[in-house]
Amino acid sequence: MKSRQKRLMFVSLGLVGVAAAAALALSALRSNIAYFFSPSQVMAKEAPADHVFRLGGLVETGTLQRQSDGLTLTFVVTDNAEKVKVSYTGILPDLFSEGSGVVTKGKLGGDGVFYAEDVLAKHDEEYMPPEVAATLKPHADAAAALNAAQAGSQRAAPGVTQ
Amino acid sequence: MIPEIGHFALILTLALAVVQAIFPLVGSYTGSRAWMEMARPLAWGQFTFALIAFAALTQAFLTDDFSVAYVAQNSNSLMPQIYKVSAVWGAHEGSLLLWAMMLAGWGAAVARFSRNLPLAMVARVLSVQGMITIGFLLFMLLTSNPFDRLFPMPVEGRDLNPLLQDFGLAVHPPMLYMGYVGLSVAFAFAIAALMGGRLDAAWARWSRPWTTVAWVFLTLGIALGSWWAYYELGWGGWWFWDPVENASLMPWLVATALIHSLAVTEKRGAFKSWTVLLAISAFSLSLLGTFLVRSGVLTSVHAFATDPTRGTFILIFLCIVIGGSLVLYAWRAPSVSSGGNFDLVSRESFLLANNLLLTLFTALVLFGTLAPLIYEAMDWGKISVGFPWFNKMFLAVMPILALFLGVGHLTRWKHDEPARLVRQLWIAAVLTLGLTGLAFLPAVSGGYWLVPLGLGLAAWITLSHLTGLYDRLRHKRGLSGVLADITSNSRSYYGMLLAHLGVAVFIVGVTLVSHFGVEKDVRMSPGSSQEVAGFRFQFDGATPANGPNYKAWRGHFRVFQGDRQIATLEPEKRSYLSGGMPMTEAAILPGLNRDLYVSLGEPVDNKGDWALRLYYKPYVRWIWLGSIFMGLGGILTLSDRRYRSARRAEGLDPVGAAGTARI
Repeated sequence: MKSRQKRLMFVSLGLVGVAAAAALALSALRSNIAYFFSPSQVMAKEAPADHVFRLGGLVETGTLQRQSDGLTLTFVVTDNAEKVKVSYTGILPDLFSEGSGVVTKGKLGGDGVFYAEDVLAKHDEEYMPPEVAATLKPHADAAAALNAAQAGSQRAAPGVTQ
Repeated sequence: MIPEIGHFALILTLALAVVQAIFPLVGSYTGSRAWMEMARPLAWGQFTFALIAFAALTQAFLTDDFSVAYVAQNSNSLMPQIYKVSAVWGAHEGSLLLWAMMLAGWGAAVARFSRNLPLAMVARVLSVQGMITIGFLLFMLLTSNPFDRLFPMPVEGRDLNPLLQDFGLAVHPPMLYMGYVGLSVAFAFAIAALMGGRLDAAWARWSRPWTTVAWVFLTLGIALGSWWAYYELGWGGWWFWDPVENASLMPWLVATALIHSLAVTEKRGAFKSWTVLLAISAFSLSLLGTFLVRSGVLTSVHAFATDPTRGTFILIFLCIVIGGSLVLYAWRAPSVSSGGNFDLVSRESFLLANNLLLTLFTALVLFGTLAPLIYEAMDWGKISVGFPWFNKMFLAVMPILALFLGVGHLTRWKHDEPARLVRQLWIAAVLTLGLTGLAFLPAVSGGYWLVPLGLGLAAWITLSHLTGLYDRLRHKRGLSGVLADITSNSRSYYGMLLAHLGVAVFIVGVTLVSHFGVEKDVRMSPGSSQEVAGFRFQFDGATPANGPNYKAWRGHFRVFQGDRQIATLEPEKRSYLSGGMPMTEAAILPGLNRDLYVSLGEPVDNKGDWALRLYYKPYVRWIWLGSIFMGLGGILTLSDRRYRSARRAEGLDPVGAAGTARI
């Protein structure tokens, strides 16, 4: 083969590879992204009923309850306007606590309860996940104080095996 | 007083960096020897003052000087001494100081170990490093000065984030930063070569050991981070495709491509422009990683800081570095001769495939990491890209790389015959197919097709490298000939071998722990027991246990295999006195073929029941063992004779000799 033909072949092989990778990446992305919704959006039925999404807000004080099996927990997530009940089976991250921010990932059940498979909580008392901070309704004076100075989040993911 | 000395030393470092960025560079063009010779002493001066600044901050931590804001925010008088030292780089300002000190350290190392380099090259390399130092020091002094004072002075510090009070985190950042910053040397060499308009085999040979050192640090740094996350975060994951993890993985992938591409440039004079581009990308991705971590644009496990002024500064710095070097590249690279023809079946082709696959995967990781930002900017909604996506991409690209890895190292430069390769590799191929077939048996594969795939690829890499080793040693006379080969003149070959076997070990670990790991969240009463993967965990209740700066509950577990007790495990649930932050300390029984892992959740009732996690993690250690092999392989390569006595190598290597005209 002439060197020009060879180069042409390398280039076209490369292009085909890149195109295939891009197609794969984008098609896989569609089924693997999780959109974020606030409790108000969930109540307004903006969130998908059959797809995994993320729900975030403040854990309402006094709503954390442990079910009789000892492992299932329920709590209410609020954006100070609407409330959604969340159910989670497993061990919560260390920094999960009532009155502070949380992001959960899961599906909305037919009963209106959000069944979380993954719970993310803040790293310290000053941190607020940016999505949560953005969706909190104005009268949340506590939330205003909780602004992100030192950040980070921690995750409890019992089903995650890698 | 001492913090002010540190602050002043930083300013002096900046001043020296400015001088170093300008004079040696100008001298290299005007041919002024005196100006070029300023580079080395300036690099030493920078390092000295950066060390003084670092020592000053360390001293402030050790003496609990809470009048320094950074110390007050990240330390506490009750903290053990060792964590007072590691707290120096526990948060934003201090970790930048560590960055800057290491940058100056690498500069000093270049000054020290560059006797064989032409003076103009040294001058330009150190100039470029000076420019990078200017960027970092300006960033520190203008937006994140670790020596800022606090008035009135608090009586007690706020304490270091408990997650960071740990051995793994004391050593992980310095390792990783050494890698990030080390890539600046490869970058500086590439830029210097572009400035000089001479990209040749000699440049590649000078650049190679530096790149390898940086790569070794990066490899070990990432492995340490993974190990730390595994035992310290309490949920037993070793990789999460978290943006900050990705930020460290991307430079590693590109640096891996770079060390392979440099080999081609050194040996065959090909891939020159591509190698330069990789060197630029590797360092740019390190900076991008810093930007992602430091600006807080992405929510993630490690994000320390969220301050827009800092983000903007790094973004501008990033644009200058990437933009500037790409402009220089566009201007200079077309004049570089392409050089080194090769056929489709040749080592060059396989190394090209390695480079393309690694780059492709880097692009995919970059896309996945930035996708949430793109979506938000385009107003398409707030998304997160889950780890299944990254896993899918990994599985789409990396097995091909592993397959090629088994062939590339045996292929000859420039031209090889497929028939010869088949003759050399058919035994390894047949054995691999046989082993893969065995692994398809349900008893081994557990019904997952990825298990035989992973094990088969690991077997392929191992067997093909053993074939290469056998062919290499079979003509040596007896054991002494073999030993002589290992100890004398071919360390880089054995380094390659070890690193590639590390890949195989890593694949085995990932495959097995991903498919056969067992994770159980359970509720246990004192006296009860649970069975996980054939091991019986007996819970004997939890008792209070207090440490120097925390209160804790300590769980007591006995682990039985059959009737034999094999271990006692004592996980803790800590609550730190300052801030009351809770913290899970997992208890792990490590083993070469499996880890057993217990971590406490929370008390369920007041009768002593706990919600807790029991994990069985088969072969998880192989993931880090493989990384250690890779790192050791890199170190072995560095000890190769050709780097120890470059003068001699020049005499032996005609390509190199042609390119090393001295000034």
